[in-house]
This record gives sequence, structure tokens and C-alpha cells, in this order.
Amino acid sequence: MSAHDEMIGQSERPQGVLARFAAFRENKPHIFLLLLMMAVALLMMDPRTWVLLTISGLAMGAMVFLMASGMTLTFGLMNVLNLAHGAFISLGAFAGASVLVWLSSQASEPSLLINLAAILPALGFALVVAGLLGLVFERLVIKPVYGDHLKQILVTVGGSIIIMELIHVVWGPNEIPVPRPEALTGAFLLPEALPVIGGVALEKYRLIAVVLGLAIYGLMTWIIERTRVGILIRAGVESREMVEVQGYRIRLLFLGVFVAGSALAGLGGAMWAMYREIITAHMGDELMISVIVVIILGGLGSIKGCFYGAVLVGLINLYVGYLEPRLAAVATVGLMVGVLMWRPQGLIPVIKV
Amino acid sequence: MFNRILSGDYPRSRALSALLVLIGVCLALGPFLFPGVRAFSMLGMICVFIIVVASYDLMLGYTHIVSFAHTMFFGIGAYGVAMSTDAFGSGFGAVFIGIGGALVMSVLLSLLLGLLSLRVKAIFFALVTLAVAFAFLSLVTQLYNITGGEDGLAVRSPRELGPAFRPFDSKVPGFSVIDFIAGVFTQGSIGQAFNDAVFEVRVNGRHLMYYITFLISVGVFLFLLRMVNSPFGRVLQAIRENEFRAQALGYRTVFYRTAAVIVSAVLATLAGVLFALINRYVNPENTLNFELMVFILLMCVIGGMGTLYGAVVGTAVFLLAQNYLQDLLGLLVSNAEPGSVFAELVGPDRWLLWFGLLFVLSVYFFPSGIVGQLRLWAERRRERKADKTPAASLKQEQ
Repeated sequence: MSAHDEMIGQSERPQGVLARFAAFRENKPHIFLLLLMMAVALLMMDPRTWVLLTISGLAMGAMVFLMASGMTLTFGLMNVLNLAHGAFISLGAFAGASVLVWLSSQASEPSLLINLAAILPALGFALVVAGLLGLVFERLVIKPVYGDHLKQILVTVGGSIIIMELIHVVWGPNEIPVPRPEALTGAFLLPEALPVIGGVALEKYRLIAVVLGLAIYGLMTWIIERTRVGILIRAGVESREMVEVQGYRIRLLFLGVFVAGSALAGLGGAMWAMYREIITAHMGDELMISVIVVIILGGLGSIKGCFYGAVLVGLINLYVGYLEPRLAAVATVGLMVGVLMWRPQGLIPVIKV
Repeated sequence: MFNRILSGDYPRSRALSALLVLIGVCLALGPFLFPGVRAFSMLGMICVFIIVVASYDLMLGYTHIVSFAHTMFFGIGAYGVAMSTDAFGSGFGAVFIGIGGALVMSVLLSLLLGLLSLRVKAIFFALVTLAVAFAFLSLVTQLYNITGGEDGLAVRSPRELGPAFRPFDSKVPGFSVIDFIAGVFTQGSIGQAFNDAVFEVRVNGRHLMYYITFLISVGVFLFLLRMVNSPFGRVLQAIRENEFRAQALGYRTVFYRTAAVIVSAVLATLAGVLFALINRYVNPENTLNFELMVFILLMCVIGGMGTLYGAVVGTAVFLLAQNYLQDLLGLLVSNAEPGSVFAELVGPDRWLLWFGLLFVLSVYFFPSGIVGQLRLWAERRRERKADKTPAASLKQEQ
């Protein structure tokens, strides 16, 4: 289908500015929307604020991408709608936070290297805890209800209640402050000499989040497009039966993807904990909304769509949050509604739903 | 006549019939059987939530549409009345303006939601409604100058429906069942226990409001029973079983699904109106919260999806547990040593953990909930009987 479209696109190169613009809008809706949003925002605020908000929006998008990518893959490959994903995010945040509190002497040193001795175990622990819980969750809760969306929604909502309550049992019902490692606090000042954007203060943590998000996006794209496992995953999304016929144990693949998705949710949760510096068990529920908007925007099951969707959500959150703070959540959902009206399948649809 | 009232959809299980009669009697005579403010407000909540859960069942159980925006419509009704009495004073006129505005908004929003996402796929609907309901919640919380924000609004309900209004001067005798049973066990003398159990009720406007709610709740329940047993309801069930086939038979499934969503949204709005008038206080936590939505889902599934009787049973069981299970757990934990893992797990705040566990287990092992299970048992008993006396079963079938 898509290959066919591309062929048409190549053979009939559109003539004229308007036609080319229309073709661009139809073929690359994600980039079109991204540029449109950035341009509109640039018109409504001064450039220095715009740069600051754009970087922050990218950082938020990167973290939301980490959380959303797992869910979109589980949906795309396994056709499982895991509404307990938010609980995994919370769990990762709490696991990461407890390691950071435990290693707080390392975290409060000003040196980056010593800080890393606290950050890496924290992120690693969040990854492992969420991944292990994902393993248990898939075996106990989701396996019996493969192929039945209604039951999946019900049991994962139930599972999410149980995980949230267990978080309450282990960590107590109160909010927990998270110490952000010393080397990650503070900001870079752009040199004054630069035109327009000189003197803008960029928070270090946000830049690191952007870099990490891009790195993981790159890694995932590489795995999915270049490795054998990736081929199997893509084939599984396309047609599950055909992969099974070839003799691959698709169950094992499912399990692996589910565990990886949960682990990524945990990682995203831990990053979010350091970003916000305060966490509650219900933070997962709130982030879940962004995650859902992202996966609908991007088209269920698409990693690339998920990345662009996350960036769009991060940007609109920050832009609208600056212009009218009360409408940030409404604008996020409004973006989703608008895109659904324009393209009911999402920006970059992978599977037919 | 019974056939007409219940639309031919009988409970089909003796235990279930007994349970329903028990719930019905408790609700009908509630204020005169259970003394105390807490019991009274719980009875009111049961009546309100029977409407909410039964209308949710129309979507979830009969059409297999999962919506997370049901509390949004509930909240629209509640806030509609609260905001309109806030602006126009506490007359019946203001209440009806609020109801009208809320209904129009609910119909428009549900139409939009239905057209937006039902044409893609049912599963989209769950996600889209979740996001839209969240946006609505955040809007209500943020626009505090008209909605009161987190603090919510006190509802200025008409005087006739408030505690100050007294239709009769004399007091009406009540009979506390719980005290009577407890008295029989502790005192041994039935006469003494009977005397102790009698208490007096001063009938006021809140009782009037309670009975209005009760009657509307019964009416809505019977209306929904009629609806699901009508040709329209059959089409909904056909869509649930096999959408493609229903389409092939010439039914416009998008139309039917959207209609089901709108009807259920309107009824949820009505329930919200009653909630605002009976609770007289509206805030995001008691009308719009995501947790409330999960509770509605739990009530519906534990009672039994696709059986409207399940809505009644599930609501009663869940709200009883919500109000009294915490006391029970508190009792348990007072025997355990403080600080131990066991104490943490059964603490009164952890009742939801046990309910979540019960919920997941019931989805696996009793997918048709309490009502479905009772019917299954009744069915099996009937079959066993039929094996023994074939003639009797023939008679039954006739």
C-alpha cells in the first residue's frame, strides 16, 4: 500500500508551488504539523522565549517518547492494549527515586563522574524493576486474554489498581521528593554574542533528556530496521500468522517486546522523577494521558509516529502552557482531536485498525 | 403484568430474585430501616449509581464499547445544576435551566465523540474518551471562577428538597433492622430488642429528594430493561457478537453505536443532576475523577456485564464494601501487630487493593459477574432436575 503510494509520488512529480506543498502535506504530515506548530508559536512570542520553550518541549517530548514507545509497540505487535502502562511509569519513578535517595551522598557531589555512579544505578534499577514486573504481568495477567480487547482493558485497569496500591504499601501514600544529582542542576548560558538567541539559559537536565531520548530513538530505529529481531517484530506487526508459519516462536518475541516496553516505561518514569523532583503514585495516570495522545497521534504501532507525536505533544504543552497555562491539557487533547479529524488513522499509520 | 414491567427479562435465578427484592425493599424503605446520616447518604448514592452503572452497562455490556468518559457526562449533569443554581438562585427554574443546559452539552459531546472515534474502531473509543475526559477534568479544575476549581461548588437546591422543609409535623416511626438483629443476639429477649430498635424519623425535604431519586432510578432501570429487550437492543447485541455480520445484514452499525453512546450519556447526565441535588456539594473529586470512572467499571463488571440486574447488584455490593469494608479491615488490622507487612496489606486504606484483586480474578473466572454466575448455577440446578424428572422439565418449558 505505502510502497504503491511512493511509486505514484515518484512518477508524478507535482508541478507548481501549491501542488508541491499539498504533496508535502499529504506525504509527510508529521513534519508538516511540526513545522506549522513551531512557526505559529514563533509568531506569538519573542524568539528567545521560543528557543527556550522549544528546547524544553523537545525534552518533555523525549521523556514522553520513552514512556509511549513501549505501549505503541505492545499494541502494534501483540495487539494488546495495556492500560497498566501508567503504573509501570510510576513504579520506575519510585524505584529510581529510592536508589537516588539511597546514594544521595554520591548524587550531591558536584563532579559528574561521581554523580553518574548514582544516576546509572538509579536508571538501571528502574529499568530492571519495571522490566521484571512486566515479565510477571505478561505471564499472569495478560497472557490469558490475548485477542480479547475488552478483557485486556478490564484486566489491565485492574492490574493498574493493584500495582498502584502496592506502590502505596511499599513507599507509603505520600509524595516523595527526589534529589536531582548535582551535575544535572543548573543551566548553560548561551554566549551573548549569538544573534537573537544570545543569553538564553538552557537547563542542563533538559538537554540531557533530549540527547538520551534521541539516542534511544536511534537505537530503537536501528534495532527495528537493521537487526534480525527487528525484522521479526515488523513482520509480526504486519502478519502474525506468517511469522509463526516460518517457525519462529512469536510468543517469546511478544514477551521480549512487552518486557522491553515495560522497562522503557520505567526508565521514562525515573527520568521524569528527576525532572519533576517530586513523585506520587498517581503520576503514572497523569502521564498516561500524554502517552495515549502520543500513540493515537502517531498511529498505533509506529515508532517513528510515536517519536514525532511525543515531540508534538511536548511542544504544544510548553507553548500553550506559556501563553495560557490553564489550557495546556485541553490543547494537548485538542491536537489529538484535530489530527483524528484530519487523519483518522494517525500521522504515520503502520497497522490497519 | 410482571412480564410487561420487566419486559420479559426475568432474573432467572431464585437467589438473584431474592437478592433483588432485598435490595429493592432496603432502598424503598431505607430511611426507615437504617438510622444515621451515613447510611442515608449511602442509600442515596446507591440509587444514583444504579442509574450510572446501568447506563454504562448499555455501552459496555450490551455493545462492548469501552468508554472512559462516563464520569464526564455525570459531571456535566452535576456541574450543570450546581452552576445554574449558583448563578440564578435556588428555585426550580434554575434547576431546570441547569438540567437543560447539561443535557444539550452531553448530547453534543457524545455525538462528537461517537462520530469522531466510533467510525475508526471501537478500541479507539476507549483511548479517545480517556483523553477527552481528562481534558474536561483539567478544564473544570482550572476554570475556578465559574466551577470553583478543586474546592467545588455547594449546590443551592430548592428549599422543598432541603433539610429545612418539613412536609409533616409529626414524626414517623422507623425500625432499625441492624439494631434489632444485634439486640436479639446480645440481649436474648426479642421484645426488648424490638423496643430498642424502634426510632423516630423526622421527615424532611431530603427524604423527599431521596424518594424522587429512588423513583427515577427505578424508572430508568425499567426503561433500560425495555430498551435492551427491544429490536434496538437486539441490534446492539448483534453488533457486540459480530459487528461485521450485523453490517452485512444491513444495519448501520455506526448509527446504532452512536445512539447507544448518546442514550447512555444522557442518562449519566440525569444521574449527575440527581447526585448534585442529593449530595448538595459538587467537586471534581466526587464527580469527575478517574478513580470514580474505575469504580463504575468495577461495579459494572463485578455485578455482571450485559445483565442490567448486574448493575443493581454490583452497585449495592461495591458501595457497601466502599463504606463498610474499611471498618472491617480496620478491625482485622487492630488484631495484627502494627508495622508488620500483614498490617500494611490489610490496613483500612488498602481496601482497594483487595477489590482490584477481586476484580481481576472475577474477569478471569466469573466473566459474567455475580448475576451471570447465579444464573449459571440456577441453570445447572434446573438441568439436574430435568434429568431426574423429564416430565417436569417439559411442563416448565411449556
